[in-house]
Amino acid sequence: MTVSGPAGAPTLQPQLRRTALRGLAGMDRLATVGAVLLALIVLAALLAPLIAPYPDDGGSATHPLEALLPPSGAHWFGTDQVGRDVLSRVLYGARTSLLIAVAVLVIAGVVGVVLGVVAGYAGGWVRDVIMRVTDVFLAFPALLLSLALAVVLQPSVTTVIVAIAVTWWPWYARLTASVAASVSTRGFVDSARCLGVPAPVIVFRHVLPNSLTPVLVQLSLDGGGVILTAAALSYLGLGAHEPTSEWGLMVQQGQSLFTTDWWVVTCPGVAILITAFAFNVLGEGLRARLAR
Amino acid sequence: MLRYLTRRLGQAVLVVAGVVILTFVIMRLVPGDPAVAYAGPRASPAELAAARARFGLNDSLPVQLWSYVRDLLGGDWGTSLHTRRPVRDDLFQAFPASLELVGAALVVAIVVGIPLGIAAARYKGKLPDLSIRISSMLAVSVPVFWLALALQTLFASGLGWFPVAGEYDANLDATSPLHVYTNITAVDALFTGNWPILGSTLAHLVLPALVIAAYPAGVIAQMTRAALIEESSRDHARLERALGFGETAVLTRFALRPALNPVLSLIALVFAYSIVNGFLVEAVFNWPGLGRYAADSIRSLDTPAIAGVTLLVAILYVVANLAVDLVQGVIDPRVRSR
Repeated sequence: MTVSGPAGAPTLQPQLRRTALRGLAGMDRLATVGAVLLALIVLAALLAPLIAPYPDDGGSATHPLEALLPPSGAHWFGTDQVGRDVLSRVLYGARTSLLIAVAVLVIAGVVGVVLGVVAGYAGGWVRDVIMRVTDVFLAFPALLLSLALAVVLQPSVTTVIVAIAVTWWPWYARLTASVAASVSTRGFVDSARCLGVPAPVIVFRHVLPNSLTPVLVQLSLDGGGVILTAAALSYLGLGAHEPTSEWGLMVQQGQSLFTTDWWVVTCPGVAILITAFAFNVLGEGLRARLAR
Repeated sequence: MLRYLTRRLGQAVLVVAGVVILTFVIMRLVPGDPAVAYAGPRASPAELAAARARFGLNDSLPVQLWSYVRDLLGGDWGTSLHTRRPVRDDLFQAFPASLELVGAALVVAIVVGIPLGIAAARYKGKLPDLSIRISSMLAVSVPVFWLALALQTLFASGLGWFPVAGEYDANLDATSPLHVYTNITAVDALFTGNWPILGSTLAHLVLPALVIAAYPAGVIAQMTRAALIEESSRDHARLERALGFGETAVLTRFALRPALNPVLSLIALVFAYSIVNGFLVEAVFNWPGLGRYAADSIRSLDTPAIAGVTLLVAILYVVANLAVDLVQGVIDPRVRSR
């Protein structure tokens, strides 16, 4: 981490780029596999309308005459109960999952980092209050609080995002608070204070950028967890609904067909598994790299 | 130590108080009128008013919160709108079943995870390490509900090796009725010598326990590996190697014990996590535990029951965290000053 005086506040960009590069260059092969997989998944999600063999099947199209066809040259992953191409729906499902993951991590990250950096810099009773509230939310298992919230709100993708974000921010608050507390004891913060720099400026221009690295690593580690939780909520019928392509929902709708038409459930399930795996090995590799 | 203990206990009590308030808020947010849900759709206005008065819905929110807290402290967790029984009794029945399932899963996870972690550390960077790392990563990345469906389809519906769903064969209730003491069926059956029910319960346990074990087994293997690698790079390991101990002996005879310290804390935390993760598995295997109870109460908008489950699990989390901190405080004095 760079230490610089209050005048030349350490800027985030070069530091971030350096850590990212260092992380990628020194990562072991497994983490590289994760990075490549994740890049492919993101690409598939972005290009879904172009590469899906039957783009309309990602939505509300139905072809009753082609229902439950096994995998073939025309339908690599077979077709579902209303005749939609499962491969197309899996590709569109990547969009939903990644959208949820990014939205949750951004919301939870921003809320957690802001509260954490304030708690860490202020210390005293401010820190105590924020940390106790954080503890309360941490005590609620993510899935359970999300369940309760998803009942209160109407089932939708937005509900899933809100429900998971509410249970996810405390981790970042706690992590940022501990880092920010130690950053706040450093010389450049003292000198800023002596120069009469207002507290909000110190917190957000000086302490915040220097407290970000561990949180960013943690965020990349958590993508897999968010995707698994989101899939579970959708599987329980509390998230996306027809005709949206969502992996958890696809498993739920096809579960009674598992014995007869395995592809309907297996393909979305494996998609969740691979995506979570990619996030997990990449995050693990990054963390191991940065810990050294 | 005493100061650490009281401070940590005080924090835990504060957190539980916060959890109670948050649960109350969620309860008030749940759509639908509990009075209507309780009295039924054809209730007369008088019956509705009676139900409303019974649940104290006419009082102001702080008054309602206060009476909620008072009832909780007095052991009254409310009455389920769905089963019409005290929520506490329902939880007393459902929780042991979840405990049985998660307990079995954790035993599997520990028995599988720790040896795999040792093997990975022993062959660090070689093929066994890579394959163990990949499989443990897959184990933590697999969606449990999907794994549950897959194993159920393959080994129960398909091959018929294991029963499809339930906790034990209900026909056995007639031929060899179970005396209930702990509500943990396997334990009750074992201590009353009820072998048919014990056998049936164990057979029913295999698949759901394996599914729930996947995540803890994966993280335990990863944590054991990481802790062993760190421990075996310390000075004492160098001395042991210099004395002529082989790599396996250094790991298992010397490094393992200190390395298990973080693994133990992990197990306590993963236990609370697995209870909730098990909800999805219970739904698939129709296991009569907390998960099924929670699913039923959510479906019927049974507010007191939802609040009861939420509160119970949150308290479990707090207790697990507290236990970890206290044990570590005993083992490692440095923790106390934090």
